[in-house]
Amino acid sequence: MTAKIRIATTWLDGCSGCHMSLLDLDEKLIELAERLDLVYSPLVDAKEFPADVDATLVEGAVGNEDDKHKIFLIRERSRLVIAFGDCAITANVPGMRNQFGVKQVMERVYCENAKGGEPPASGDAPALLNHVRPVHEYIHVDVFLPGCPPPPESIYAVATELLAGRTPDLTGKIRFGA
Amino acid sequence: MGQRIVIEPVTRVEGHGKITIQLDENGNVVDACFHVTQLRGFEKFCEGRPYSEMPSLVERICGICPISHSIASAKACDEILGVRIPETGDKLRRLVNCGEFIQSHALSFFYLSAPDLALGFDAPPEKRNLIGLLEANPSMASDGIRLRSIGQQVIEACAGKRIHPSWVVPGGVNEPLRKEQRERLLCLIPDGYRIVHRTLAWLKEQFHRFNEEIRTFANFPSLFMGLVNKEGNLEHVNGALRIVDAKGRFVADGVDGASYRSLIGERSESYSYLKSPYYLPLGYPDGMYRVGPAARLNVCNGCGTTMADQEWAEFIRLDRGPVMSSFHNHLARLIEILYSLETMEKLLGEDDILDTRVRSYAKPNFSEGVGIVEAPRGVLIHHYRVDEQGLMQWANMIVATGNNNLAMNKGVLQVAKRFVQGDRIPEAALNRIEGVIRAFDPCLSCSTHAIGGAGLRIELVNSAGEVLDERIYQRGCRTQRVSANV
Repeated sequence: MTAKIRIATTWLDGCSGCHMSLLDLDEKLIELAERLDLVYSPLVDAKEFPADVDATLVEGAVGNEDDKHKIFLIRERSRLVIAFGDCAITANVPGMRNQFGVKQVMERVYCENAKGGEPPASGDAPALLNHVRPVHEYIHVDVFLPGCPPPPESIYAVATELLAGRTPDLTGKIRFGA
Repeated sequence: MGQRIVIEPVTRVEGHGKITIQLDENGNVVDACFHVTQLRGFEKFCEGRPYSEMPSLVERICGICPISHSIASAKACDEILGVRIPETGDKLRRLVNCGEFIQSHALSFFYLSAPDLALGFDAPPEKRNLIGLLEANPSMASDGIRLRSIGQQVIEACAGKRIHPSWVVPGGVNEPLRKEQRERLLCLIPDGYRIVHRTLAWLKEQFHRFNEEIRTFANFPSLFMGLVNKEGNLEHVNGALRIVDAKGRFVADGVDGASYRSLIGERSESYSYLKSPYYLPLGYPDGMYRVGPAARLNVCNGCGTTMADQEWAEFIRLDRGPVMSSFHNHLARLIEILYSLETMEKLLGEDDILDTRVRSYAKPNFSEGVGIVEAPRGVLIHHYRVDEQGLMQWANMIVATGNNNLAMNKGVLQVAKRFVQGDRIPEAALNRIEGVIRAFDPCLSCSTHAIGGAGLRIELVNSAGEVLDERIYQRGCRTQRVSANV
């Protein structure tokens, strides 16, 4: 019996919608669960990103110091990195804050719209980067899987290619937005 | 010297967070915090966008409850337009909302919490997930997948797309429901009933295994807030705010969305991107209140649908007044799935549900609007101001998870005090601390609409407040490393 392929998923600056679209594979999840190991994901209890991952799906853009740290670690430990959805690929909606800058955003949220407290400043709330940027601006990305969110059919196509030991080629099968 | 335990990321929750636990020199828990570690800034970056774009834009706050955000947003926009939406438009908003409650509650119950409930909080970490559940209890896992799928199919049948559809719009909805979709949805309902009834029976049989969790999972007096309809019954889309105290007495009732600022203050804390709303008249932090499934069942007079009412009558007997333990959110979620299936069946049976008049049109007539709904996780408020062209000038959003922030922090402390003793910290104790967070089912994607978010971490600090160990522990070796530091 061949070893199962090792898959990881993570979400950075996004909405979880791409992961929900993954769950929209519904009953096909059962079939996939038999054929791959989910070694790191918000859906399982691993706390540290493991070594020797065959493919990692990255949802979301790089928006804070933690995301930045994590994306380099993911690259180092994954054979294939898949930019999963429009936020990972273009920064999309999270990138809309780029035109205002961190200071203005923080002032609106924590000063104007809340009274009496302090804005988040401790190490427990990782500092926001001045610009939210797509994943490929930090690391090499092997596969781009667009959509807001990517439809389950495209996710399934990627999964079956990975299971067949191939690097997914999505030419002609994908579209942005919608 | 005490130490600081960090759990990061908190897993099997939606979004980014961490938990920190502070111990004194004797290894006793003195404090614990729940940190949300992401912020995106929707309240700021929607500035300058046309109001009509808002329902679609704010769906991207959260991939789990985009429908809630789109309805709250559309309701705020309805006020800006100053229109009354067609009755069928309102019914279709309610219908799509039923789909969302079914899928979101099924996600929380089966995908995120059932591994703890079915396999036990002490089960090996590598088994505590949906795949482990598929191996150990395949019929329950399949039920969960099926029930979530039913909810998603409701959304798809109405709106054409499961996640981030552009269907709920200012003035109503975009397109009427098609006849064949009505028939298709009616066929899904019996299966939904079967799954929720057998899961309810199963959960109630498990309570004796979780006495300590029920006793400590945020089991303390607080206020509870939720929407109720004119009869005082459970209400997810329209209705007015009611707040009850720990004895079940009405503190506020019949408060409409526009007056939310007379009830709710917001405060920020340096340790988290998630703000802490509180009941204004009692001040901060005494004005702690809870929202969500159990809170809704605590504030209402009943559900108003036959089967859910039977379950509700049993639910409220779990405690002498309002049900205090947040553990019972799990039960409340299943009851609300039942309520949503019954409501959906009723709506689909109504003659005018296929009516083609589903949207009212107008230009902006007012500069301000507030939309308030019950999201699966609790009260959700969108408040907008626009200029004369209808371009967004300002927004404030209070998300369900934020409402629970003070109570989640207190709940984390309660569980930590019960299960953590500094010199020996079993992995299962840390899982229980995450478990109380899961009972609230926080949506940290939503909660980070303001800034960013993505994982939960727990820390231990000494009695002087010094962070002695901020390392992020891998589950497998966390206990060992913590012990070495004591």
